[in-house]
Amino acid sequence: MAGLDQYEVVIGLEVHAQLLTDSKMYCPCSAQYAAAAPNTHVCPICLGLPGALPVINRKAVENTVLTGLALNCEIPPFAKFDRKNYPYPDLMKGYQISQYDAPLCVRGWLDCEVAGERRRVGITRVHLEEDVAKLLHVSERGESYSLIDVNRSGVPLMEIVSEPDIRSAEEARQYLVQLRAILRFLGVSSGNMEEGSFRCDANISLRPLGSDTLGAKVEVKNMNSFRAVFRAMEYEAVRQAEVLASGGRIEQETRGWLEAKGITVSQRSKEYAHDYRYFPEPDLPPLELAPSWVDDLRRRLPELPAAKLARLQEQYGLPAYDARLLTAEPGPAQYFDRLVATYPNAKVASNWITGELFRLLNASGKQIEESPIGPESLAELLTMVDRGEVSNSAAKVALEEMFASGQSAAAAVTAKGLAQISDESGLAAVVRQAIAANPQSAADYRAGKKQALGFLVGQVMRASQGKANPAVVNRLLAAELEKR
Amino acid sequence: MRITRQEVEHVARLARLALSEGETEKLQEEISSILDNIAVLNEVDTQSVPPTAQVTGLSNVMREDGTWQSLPAADVLANAPRRLDDFFLIQPVFEDSQGESEG
Ligand SMILES: [Zn+2]
Repeated sequence: MAGLDQYEVVIGLEVHAQLLTDSKMYCPCSAQYAAAAPNTHVCPICLGLPGALPVINRKAVENTVLTGLALNCEIPPFAKFDRKNYPYPDLMKGYQISQYDAPLCVRGWLDCEVAGERRRVGITRVHLEEDVAKLLHVSERGESYSLIDVNRSGVPLMEIVSEPDIRSAEEARQYLVQLRAILRFLGVSSGNMEEGSFRCDANISLRPLGSDTLGAKVEVKNMNSFRAVFRAMEYEAVRQAEVLASGGRIEQETRGWLEAKGITVSQRSKEYAHDYRYFPEPDLPPLELAPSWVDDLRRRLPELPAAKLARLQEQYGLPAYDARLLTAEPGPAQYFDRLVATYPNAKVASNWITGELFRLLNASGKQIEESPIGPESLAELLTMVDRGEVSNSAAKVALEEMFASGQSAAAAVTAKGLAQISDESGLAAVVRQAIAANPQSAADYRAGKKQALGFLVGQVMRASQGKANPAVVNRLLAAELEKR
Repeated sequence: MRITRQEVEHVARLARLALSEGETEKLQEEISSILDNIAVLNEVDTQSVPPTAQVTGLSNVMREDGTWQSLPAADVLANAPRRLDDFFLIQPVFEDSQGESEG
C-alpha cells in the first residue's frame, strides 16, 4: 500500500436530484418521462425553439427551498436564474437554465454518523436547474448514430453541493444515505439512484497530513449506486497516493468510474477548460422570497429522519437498531407510528414490521405504502396474539393469508383454522394420546429428565397443527405425568 | 485593445465555428476594433448603478405545477433534419465524451 496513511482524503459531493413535480421546470409538459413514448412530452419551450418563453414552476421552487431548510441553509432574499452555455446534443437550447451566483439556498449542513461518531458536512448551496434530453447511442452494421428523446429535457433538477468536508469513502456513503433519506421524507424526490433520479459526482483530493494545502482535485463521474461511490472513492484515494508515492503529480481532471472493472479512467474529452459563459437569464424575472413565505414553508417541514430516529428511541424505548431500520425510509416510519397508535407494545410492533412484514413485502416487490395489510389490521392480529386467541407462529401464517387475500386478521384466522386452542377439555385427549404414544419420553420425565417434557409438548403442538396454546399444553402434560 | 489569436480560436470553438487561417486573422483585427468601440462605455461612471439584468421590474413570476397537452410527436419532429421512428437522429456522440454533459 502506497502510504495512504500519510494523507488526509478530502471529498466534496455534488448531488443532482430530480424533483417530484407533475410538470417540467419551465414549461407545463408532463415530467413523467420514464414510461412515455419518445418525444411525446415535448413543446416549443423544452424543445428550445426560438421565441418560446419559459416560466418557473412554483412547486419546484418550494421543493428546493424545503430541501434547503431541511439542510439548515439560509434562504437569501434574492435569487435568480442564469444561462450556462455549452454545446452538447442533449441540451436543446445550447444552454441550460441554471443558477450561478444567486442560488435559492446557501450555507447549510448535514449531520451523518460514521462508526458511531457524528460528522457534520457543510452544504455550500442548493440550486435549481433543468435536466437534459436523453441520448441513445447506437452502433449496428458498421453504422453509428445517436438518437434523441427530448422527454427528460426540462425536468426539474435540484443540485446539492457539499463543502469538501468528507474524509472517507464510508463518510461519503453515509452522507448520501442521509441526504437521500431527507429528500424522501420531504417527498421532494424519489432518490432512486439506479433510475437516475438521484445522481452523484465527487471531487476528491489528497492533502498531506498536517498540511492545509489541498492537492489537485479529481472529479469522478458515472457512479450509479451508493456502493459505486464508496468503491470509487476507495479506489481513487489509493490511486492518488500511489501516483504521489512514485513521484508523480495529480492532474486536475475528470475521471469516469468503470463499475465492472472497479477502476476510474481519465475522460480526455476536455481538451480545453470549460467556459460556460454564464449570464443572467433574461426571460425569467428574479425571485425575491419574503421571509414570511420562507417561514410558511418552514412550518411545512415534516419530521426528518434524524429527529424520527431519536424520537423512536426516546418515546418508545426502541433499540437503535430497530429505530434505524424503521427510519431508513419514510414509509416504515409512518407505518410504525400508525401501528403503535392502536397497538402500544412498540418493540413487538417493530419486530413484526421489520421481520414478517418486510419479508412479505420484499418477496412480492412491494413498498410498505402498497402493503395489503394496513397498520390497523396488523394491530388487530397482534392484539389477538396478546389475548391468546392465536399463537405467535400461527399469527405468521395468518399474516401471509392477510397479505395474499387482503382479509382482516379475524377472517384470516378463521379461514385458515388458526384459532388457538386454550380450552383444557379440548386438549386433554391429545395430551393423553401423546403420552401413550411416547412411553419412553414419559418414563424419562418421571425419572427426573425434565427436558423430556419439551419433546412431548412438540408432539402435542404437531398433533394440533400448531393451534394448541403451548402454555396450556405444558401445564396439562406436567399434570398428567405427575398423576402416576 | 488587441485580442490574441488564441482568444479568437477559443471563441470560435465555443461557437462551433471552423475558421480558416485567413478568417482567424481577419477576425482578430475586427473583434479587436469592435472591442475598442465598446470600450468607450468603460468611461461612464457606474459606481452607483446596480448591475441590471432585467428591465421589466417584475419578480416572483411563477406558474402552478399543472400539465398541458404537449405537441404530437409528428409536430415535434416536423423540422428534424433526420429521424428514426419518433427519435431525432444525429451524428454519433460517444459515452466517452459525456464529460461535456452536465445533466
Ligand atoms: Zn415542454
